[in-house]
Amino acid sequence: MDITVTVNGRQIKATVEPVTLLVTWLRETLGLTGTHIACDTSQCGACTIHVGGRSVKSCTMLAVEADGAELVTIEGLAGPDALHPMQQAFHEHHGLQCGFCTPGMVMSAVDLAKTIPDASEAEIRAWLKGNLCRCTGYQNIVKAVRAGAAALRNS
Amino acid sequence: MYPFAYHRPATVAEAVARLRDSEEARPLAGGQTLIPTLKQRLASPDALVDLKGIDGLDAIAAEGDGLRIGALTRHACVAASPLVQDLIPALARLAAGIGDPQVRNRGTLGGSIANNDPASDYPAALVGLGAVIGTSERRIAAEDFFTGLFETDLEPGEIVTEVWFPRPRRAGYAKFPNPASRYALAGVFVADAAAGIRVAVTGAGPCVFRLAEAERLLSTSFVPAALEPLRVPATGLNADIHADANYRAHLVAVMAQRAVTAALL
Amino acid sequence: MAQDGIGAAVRRREDRRFLTGRGKYVHDIVLPRQLHAVFLRSPHAHAEIVAIDTAAAAASPDVVAVFTADDVAGLNGVPCAWGIAGKDGRPMKEPKHPLLASGKVRHVGDPVAMIVAESVAAAKNAAERIAIEYRALPAVTEVAEAAKPGAPQLYADVPGNLCCDWAVGDAAATAAAFAKAHHVAKLDLVNTRLVPNAMEPRAALADYEPATGDFTLYTTTQLPHVARVLIGVLMLGIPERKLRVVAPDVGGGFGSKQVVYCEEGLVTWAAGRLGRPVKWVAERSEAFVSDAQGRDHVTHAELALDRDGKFLGLRVSTLANIGGYVSTFGPNIPTNLYGPLLAGVYTTPAIYCEVKVMFTNTVPTDAYRGAGRPEATYVLERLVDVAARDLDLDRVDIRRRNFIPANAFPYQTPVMLHYDTGDHEATLAKALELSRWSGFAERRRAAAARGRLRGIGIVTYIEACGLAPSRIAQQLGARGGLFESANVRVNPSGDVTVFTGAHNHGQGHETVFAQLVGELLGVPSDSVEIVHGDTARSPFGLGTYGSRSAAVGGAAIAKAVGKIIDKGRKIAGHLLEASEQDIEFKEGYFGVAGTDRRKSFAEIAGAAYTPPPSYPLETLEPGLEETAFYDPVNFTFPGGCHVAEVEIDPTTGALEVVSYVAVDDVGTVLNPMIVEGQIHGGVVQGLGQALGENCVYDRANGQLLTGSFMDYCMPRADDLPNIVVATQSTPSRHNPIGVKGCGEVGTIASPATLMNAVVDALAEYGIVHVDMPASPQRLWQAIQTAVPRRAAQ
Repeated sequence: MDITVTVNGRQIKATVEPVTLLVTWLRETLGLTGTHIACDTSQCGACTIHVGGRSVKSCTMLAVEADGAELVTIEGLAGPDALHPMQQAFHEHHGLQCGFCTPGMVMSAVDLAKTIPDASEAEIRAWLKGNLCRCTGYQNIVKAVRAGAAALRNS
Repeated sequence: MYPFAYHRPATVAEAVARLRDSEEARPLAGGQTLIPTLKQRLASPDALVDLKGIDGLDAIAAEGDGLRIGALTRHACVAASPLVQDLIPALARLAAGIGDPQVRNRGTLGGSIANNDPASDYPAALVGLGAVIGTSERRIAAEDFFTGLFETDLEPGEIVTEVWFPRPRRAGYAKFPNPASRYALAGVFVADAAAGIRVAVTGAGPCVFRLAEAERLLSTSFVPAALEPLRVPATGLNADIHADANYRAHLVAVMAQRAVTAALL
Repeated sequence: MAQDGIGAAVRRREDRRFLTGRGKYVHDIVLPRQLHAVFLRSPHAHAEIVAIDTAAAAASPDVVAVFTADDVAGLNGVPCAWGIAGKDGRPMKEPKHPLLASGKVRHVGDPVAMIVAESVAAAKNAAERIAIEYRALPAVTEVAEAAKPGAPQLYADVPGNLCCDWAVGDAAATAAAFAKAHHVAKLDLVNTRLVPNAMEPRAALADYEPATGDFTLYTTTQLPHVARVLIGVLMLGIPERKLRVVAPDVGGGFGSKQVVYCEEGLVTWAAGRLGRPVKWVAERSEAFVSDAQGRDHVTHAELALDRDGKFLGLRVSTLANIGGYVSTFGPNIPTNLYGPLLAGVYTTPAIYCEVKVMFTNTVPTDAYRGAGRPEATYVLERLVDVAARDLDLDRVDIRRRNFIPANAFPYQTPVMLHYDTGDHEATLAKALELSRWSGFAERRRAAAARGRLRGIGIVTYIEACGLAPSRIAQQLGARGGLFESANVRVNPSGDVTVFTGAHNHGQGHETVFAQLVGELLGVPSDSVEIVHGDTARSPFGLGTYGSRSAAVGGAAIAKAVGKIIDKGRKIAGHLLEASEQDIEFKEGYFGVAGTDRRKSFAEIAGAAYTPPPSYPLETLEPGLEETAFYDPVNFTFPGGCHVAEVEIDPTTGALEVVSYVAVDDVGTVLNPMIVEGQIHGGVVQGLGQALGENCVYDRANGQLLTGSFMDYCMPRADDLPNIVVATQSTPSRHNPIGVKGCGEVGTIASPATLMNAVVDALAEYGIVHVDMPASPQRLWQAIQTAVPRRAAQ
């Protein structure tokens, strides 16, 4: 199948097998290995990217379904030399330890900040239901998301 | 995943034709259940017919005294729709509580009901509200649509195109989540509508069902306390490590009261 | 002090690569011509393998090889690094753990065949074409069942499934203490089995260079050097010099990656055999049936008390489930890391603990964050609460009465451990204050008015970490040393590269060790680079587990830096024409005492590599690089006091953790931001067990019922409160930098703290104990059972 997809601002034309998962295509064909796989039941959120500006689990989507879509992965959020305000907030507030859930967590948080710009702590915790972290106990992630959302509001 | 062909028809008729090409073909909507199933090699369709290329299946509109919601409408859109929030707020709140944000951004109304997972939320709303399901072939009352565990009245090659929800006077939904998956261990949708009071239960049994006793009690007085005498029999209810049948039966009664509370807010 | 030295909340330098998706995990590494391995695993908990037919699989498209037990019969099994001895002095039973199941499978998920193909899909297709004839056998998954006469037997030569009958303490003295007791508090409890679930699934990628015979293994391990010995030398017979083990970025370990696994050995072996790189990446469902699991005890415990509530003796009898095989550190966890911790923070004079270590048809258990110590704390601290209830004593008071007083340190317990420092009264006082303990009654009343049952729980605990003094560890069965290494390389321009044997998989070593070195050398931490995770680069080290990296790895770095400073002083003496003894090193300068003559650290480094005429090359080697191996004199003993408050909705059994306070003595704090993060994560990992995590096997057939995140209840953001963290330090005397360890304290204290709060919330129903997890169903059922009982009374 031929698809045309915009990934991190760049238009890509590719031929993919129908069985190829979007996450596999991103990781193996495009080499965008920042998007991780940590479960096989669509529960953990490590593979979260933006499709049309909304957070989705790229392990639960076929690459062919992305035809015509605009995708942003963690690599494209701010580019290699800069940090997006949400990434900066995760750094400042120690919102990551082993880093494995982090890309999905950040992508989910950016969607939250857009959907509910002034989310309360309870709303942030409820939103992050789709992202598992085993290291941080979520506390500093929640703190970082609040700070990142505030920075985005003010920018 | 086992290999399959992928089709992205532009019309309902074309989708139906594709599905009829092969008995093993499956429609693909949001894919939030189907794709994990394929990944684990638990299903082996020879073709997927992606319905997302069909225009107009994701519209939300007021129609008659109710709402018409296209089958391809994502949960997040139902949750965020001012129209839904205005006409049937309980439905918007239910949609806002399905899965997690990422699932709500992909999962669709039609996909959810056609899959008829015993622990999914929408079937309770459809049965509770007395919705009517429009398919490529016909219109089916919600109660006739959900026929059993992961079973519906859909014929092979028949696809859900829309759901019409009559507007109730008031309605509410309450669910108790499975602590691991967050699906409903027991979810109860209560509606007070022109056609009477309906109470629909999801999560607790193999398929959504109406709770006649609760409907009778609420008909005398639509307040949570009216359900105090309600005793839900555990017979036939689901049992797993998170909830045995007795606990589920109890939760149904508690969630029924909470749904009434929500309806009265 | 440098701005970014010890004690500063320096932001982590490793963050940037993770935040921008540039981390490099094993799964991310792609080698040219790499093949993909898939393991076919047993669907049975216990079965004989009657026949295997791999012909169709081998002929399947894109398949390169299919291996079964016969192919690897010449290799050794998965080795155990810690052998224990029973109370009769005899060694534990240690049946061979073959790389692929041979003759018999002993748990669901036991690997039976390895398929190597051009793609994962091709390998999976082939796996479906392997025909295996099994003869199913009765299975036993529960440890109490495995100990019963007539239970299914896993091994013909391990009667009663008993791996080891272990004990610690003085049985006679303890019996004597019980004989004179005023009261004996008793408790039966279960410590549930847990699945570690580091977010990164395990993965291994091996490469072989036939021209040199060199192997490289990229693997998700916490201990690359140990893995090299166990996989290379012991499993496969590859000499250490021919095997390089690289543990790049590793996405969490929690003990599950300090275990060495058959898959790591098999991909290495297959790469050699096939002459192409071989890669394996676990799927989560595979992790659930193949990663070493944790806990799984059944315990009866008794505490003897005198009239005043003083503890006279403690007697504990535990059945510990180590699964179908002996894992890398498996037998050590429920024994050496458990029994000796039962002294806790109390002066209990006589303690006796027996542990029967049992085989069952389950995934092997091994270290999981806390490893033995959460289990001990749970037994002791639940039992203290039961005793307080029995004697109508205040829960804080009974603990205080039995504390080891601050002035009694160093303190020898009756069960091996020799505590160096601690001030349990201080951590208790701080926790009571931060948790507003005295105002609880009012909060309970307010909750009751809302129809909620509110409870508060407290735990005062100690743990032993900083593993380990090699001499003691070897006496306890360690089959190697437990020191740590460091190589400090001062580069000619004066910046510094440090090679550590520890491994960073989330703990922030790259930042914290740089802070430590910067502080000791008086240079900005930015000029220090930390290298780890590669046996070709770092000196032999033992890796990261048991909260040891700062206490042992950090101490090794400090020791190596000390050698650098010693040599720098010599060089400076010559450059400054002064005696070495007169050279002082302060804030990055070597100076002549009492003068203003001095040389910067960078100048000395430059001189070491570009020796000026005054440099005595005949007596002083050029260069500035030192290696140190640090073997700790003893364990370290972090401890403290945690308080949890919960509310239960009696109509549904739903529980909310309303507040959680952790006051911990972790010794010197190197980076408070990281310590706090470690404690948050640790507490939540323990709360996970208390709230919902529970690995359940079907009793009837040994199938795993919680094989995915759909059924295994991982803690999520909306389950948890914000945790109030405070540290209260008494620096350790057992290492030169005074640290004690912070990685596990949270997990050790929090299950008991939470369950004490739960039982307190249910006290009005006469409930004295609830087993973990405090799931809604379990709490609701406990209330349902208690209500009629209470009514009858």
